[in-house]
Amino acid sequence: MSELLIRARALVAGWERPATAPLEFALESGRILGLTGANGVGKTTLLSALAGRARVFSGVLEKRPGLRLALQTQDVPPVEGVPLSGRELLALTGAADDGLPPWLVGRLDDRLDHLSGGQRHYLTLWAVLQAPADLVLLDEPTNNLDAAGVDHLASALRRLAGSGTGIVVVSHDHEFVEAVCDQVIVLREAGDVV
Amino acid sequence: MWSDLFLLPFLTGLGLALVLPVLGCFLRLRDEWLAALAYAHVAAAGALLALVSSLAPALGGMAAAALAGVGKRLLARRLAGGAAFALLLLGGWAVAVLLAANQPLAERLGHSLFDGQLYFSGTAQLALVAPWVFFAGLALAILSRHLLLARVYPDYFSARHLRAWPVVFGFDLVAALTLALATMTMGVMGGFALVFVPAWIAFRRARSWRSGLVLAAMIGLVGYVAAFLLALGMDQPFGPVLALLLIAVGLIIA
Repeated sequence: MSELLIRARALVAGWERPATAPLEFALESGRILGLTGANGVGKTTLLSALAGRARVFSGVLEKRPGLRLALQTQDVPPVEGVPLSGRELLALTGAADDGLPPWLVGRLDDRLDHLSGGQRHYLTLWAVLQAPADLVLLDEPTNNLDAAGVDHLASALRRLAGSGTGIVVVSHDHEFVEAVCDQVIVLREAGDVV
Repeated sequence: MWSDLFLLPFLTGLGLALVLPVLGCFLRLRDEWLAALAYAHVAAAGALLALVSSLAPALGGMAAAALAGVGKRLLARRLAGGAAFALLLLGGWAVAVLLAANQPLAERLGHSLFDGQLYFSGTAQLALVAPWVFFAGLALAILSRHLLLARVYPDYFSARHLRAWPVVFGFDLVAALTLALATMTMGVMGGFALVFVPAWIAFRRARSWRSGLVLAAMIGLVGYVAAFLLALGMDQPFGPVLALLLIAVGLIIA
């Protein structure tokens, strides 16, 4: 049985000043919400507000008490020069390696800074995705991924949602969002939301 | 050789030779390796200040380093970008040199701290260092996961509604006090060499974090024992011998 994880009512978020149009949505467990729109409409800001990083200027953001969040940002984890293996990275967040794509399974004992950019991105994304959480927030997760990576990510998100986790995906990749998400909100600057 | 005269200093330094390289790995992880020099200079100044005030130098050094660790966190916003460690280093060095220059009592200890002479350590020093090394190792093991998370996923704490400051504050305190004890035991640069070089090699050569910690500790241990025997056999100050030995090892295998 699904339960409500977050609900936004006339939510306006920002950092120094309001940066998003008022927004209404609700997300239940096991559902995937896509946030898309042009650059600068506040997709990342909205995701940051859901994570408690950005400010809520007006409206209401309700979260289920005790909600466990996992957040993937566009920042590249600074692991250059650090002797941290992929397996250790997964252990840090409590993520399981079951279901990893074959092109990563054999590289788990390598240092992260010895992996390619795409491999490292997927592994750091996986560490967030598979961490114990009720709600997973993803910011442009398909960046740096090739077609095989995008396909694998889409399957992984559907499996994760099937296990009851709620997911919010911010992406400029309309095709990916349409294929994966149960509900999609297109953010617009003028304040009208589709 | 293994009379109390040398055995006590050897055992005192041995524990530090294991824990300082591990601490160095975490300082390097946080891009704070300069902290080792900063805390060491502040501890030296605190020890000399305590000496001229008729207090125990070791306690003065530890208190000064602990205050520096706490103060750095309180002034974090104003002293961002590594400025805190540079200012602590300069301040500690200036106070220590001025005290040594103007107080005959402080001059001898000052030379010992900056020359890196290990052989003055006795029972009291070992009684301080041994439990602290055990505690510091335990504290680093407990803080390890969160220190790594803070580096790789800085948003982890806010997303999980966890407070990061106890981890950072606890680490700063452990680092400051460990380096203060190291400074009192093997001098400013002897301690710094054990913090910096093994961690630098481990970060270049290790295949994982865990193996990096083991590699750093092993380099510290072997380097320390070799430097102790060399310095003793050649009747040279310990700190410079250790530093040169570790530099040579680093240039060969890093």
